[in-house]
Amino acid sequence: MGSHAVFGEMVNLMRTICAAAIAILIGGYVGLAQVNNEAPEGVELTGNWVSRNNTEFNTNLHRAYDFLGMPLNDAAKAWALSHSEEQASEPERQCAFYTSTYFPFGFAPLPMWKETELRTGSTVAWVVGGWLDVVTMVIWMDGRPHPSAYAPHSAAGFTTGVWENDVLTTYTTHMIANLLHRRGPHSDLATMTLRFSRHADILSLTGRIDDPVYLSEPLYASREWQFSSVPVNRSAVPCNVAYEGVREGTVPHYRPGQNPFVEETTKLWGIPLEAVQGGAETIYPEYRKKLRDKYVRPEKCVSNDVELAAGGCGGPGRLQPVIN
Amino acid sequence: MKLLTGIVGAAAVVLMLQHPAYGQRGRGAAATFPTGRPGAPFDPSGYWVSLITNNWRFRMVPPAKGDYAGIPISMAGKKTADAWDPAQDEAAGNQCKHYGAASIMYQPTRLHITWQDDNTLRVDTDAGTQTRVFQFGKPAAVPVRRTWQGSSAAVWEARRANNPEASARYLKVTTTNMLAGYLRKNGVPYGESAVLTEYFDLFQERDGTTMMFVTAVVQDPVYLEQRYIVISHFRKEPDGSKWDPTPCSARW
Repeated sequence: MGSHAVFGEMVNLMRTICAAAIAILIGGYVGLAQVNNEAPEGVELTGNWVSRNNTEFNTNLHRAYDFLGMPLNDAAKAWALSHSEEQASEPERQCAFYTSTYFPFGFAPLPMWKETELRTGSTVAWVVGGWLDVVTMVIWMDGRPHPSAYAPHSAAGFTTGVWENDVLTTYTTHMIANLLHRRGPHSDLATMTLRFSRHADILSLTGRIDDPVYLSEPLYASREWQFSSVPVNRSAVPCNVAYEGVREGTVPHYRPGQNPFVEETTKLWGIPLEAVQGGAETIYPEYRKKLRDKYVRPEKCVSNDVELAAGGCGGPGRLQPVIN
Repeated sequence: MKLLTGIVGAAAVVLMLQHPAYGQRGRGAAATFPTGRPGAPFDPSGYWVSLITNNWRFRMVPPAKGDYAGIPISMAGKKTADAWDPAQDEAAGNQCKHYGAASIMYQPTRLHITWQDDNTLRVDTDAGTQTRVFQFGKPAAVPVRRTWQGSSAAVWEARRANNPEASARYLKVTTTNMLAGYLRKNGVPYGESAVLTEYFDLFQERDGTTMMFVTAVVQDPVYLEQRYIVISHFRKEPDGSKWDPTPCSARW
């Protein structure tokens, strides 16, 4: 065998090895892409999860002008000054459900189930049921890509999910511009990452919301849930439009300097307005140094009318136990 | 030839990643899961800063006396809270009553977490300048007297209840033997019989940020009607340049 023949054999061998390696790479990529599809055996999220309501994030309505702990930018602060909560009573908006950003803030029950492919049993999607005015969220688990940026947006948005270390991690895009729960704004460019992390009978739901329009840094929100054997609604209820005091075609709002609720939280809790307005600076420990000389602790707990109706300052028997 | 080596190497990496012995999910292949630092599915050491984005008005400022909102306080708890007097705490040298294990992680604080040895994780807080010690592998030594931070037993607990060998894990810390303290800096109490259970999750964000979420569950048969559960958010910091130890304060 001549040197050319040996060289030819080596080239063939290299081609074979390369082909095998590329096949392994492709196969491995496909394998990795599929591995996160199924719920890890033993991590069950199906069922009814009930909020413990130990975390307050505007739970039970509370104050109309309260952006404590939200890293709002200047655009969002301007929005907040002009925003009227009566907008929710506009006939055009009454049936515009809250977007999927509601879940890490809200107190609504969290029914979860999975949709499977009938023949193979593989998980196509997880579903988080809606509730009253909270939209149902579908979490696609079948590896489908997010739509183009110009695709239609909706209250639910478009959500995909993967299992990361036995934690269901979801990513939501394509939400319409709406509210972060009942308070600050989010734009239609907002995205959300949720993590459903189960610890025994407790579900820790943590969320991160990014919004280049209204947030100067990511907003983290979380709530604690407990498994319950008591059935809850699995979807949002049908919505009918009725007159709620706002005529069709009008948009309730406040002109500059006319928002009557701006000082409400400061009067109730003694918290300076600069903190009530939110902002990235206000969420860090060092901000307490700025607060120290401005904060006036109220002598005793006081509530406004809405808060009183919702439990006010709390107390024995105020929080309902969750039935396992 | 370099290209060939690169392709084969990449293929080998993919094969290794697919093998259950690699990655967190497969760490439990052995019958007995290693404990402490050798068994760590993630490394919590480093500097962390708390992001106060929920319950802000209860955490960033001391709330009004009598504000129990969100806490399943019992009648006994309410009676104790209503008698709260920070001047009394100061006179008795109990300024650190709100810096005990059951509430310290929920405060605006930075954490400095270090491995003291392979079975001991140490957590320092700059708020109140406190130190917690998480003991792996054996029951936490019960000190002669109770302390603010109590005794903490740590395990890497499996998420999959029915298949722990194949499961990913989180850090679970159970703390007992605490001195009685406050859940909130307005005198809402927890007692000496309280048990604190914490679950630590670490996540890597798309932008490279490392986050740690601590779910804290407080059980107190005297002062709480049911479990009190809150979640703290911590973001990893590159260094300790913002570390700012401050003493305990009964009023601020």
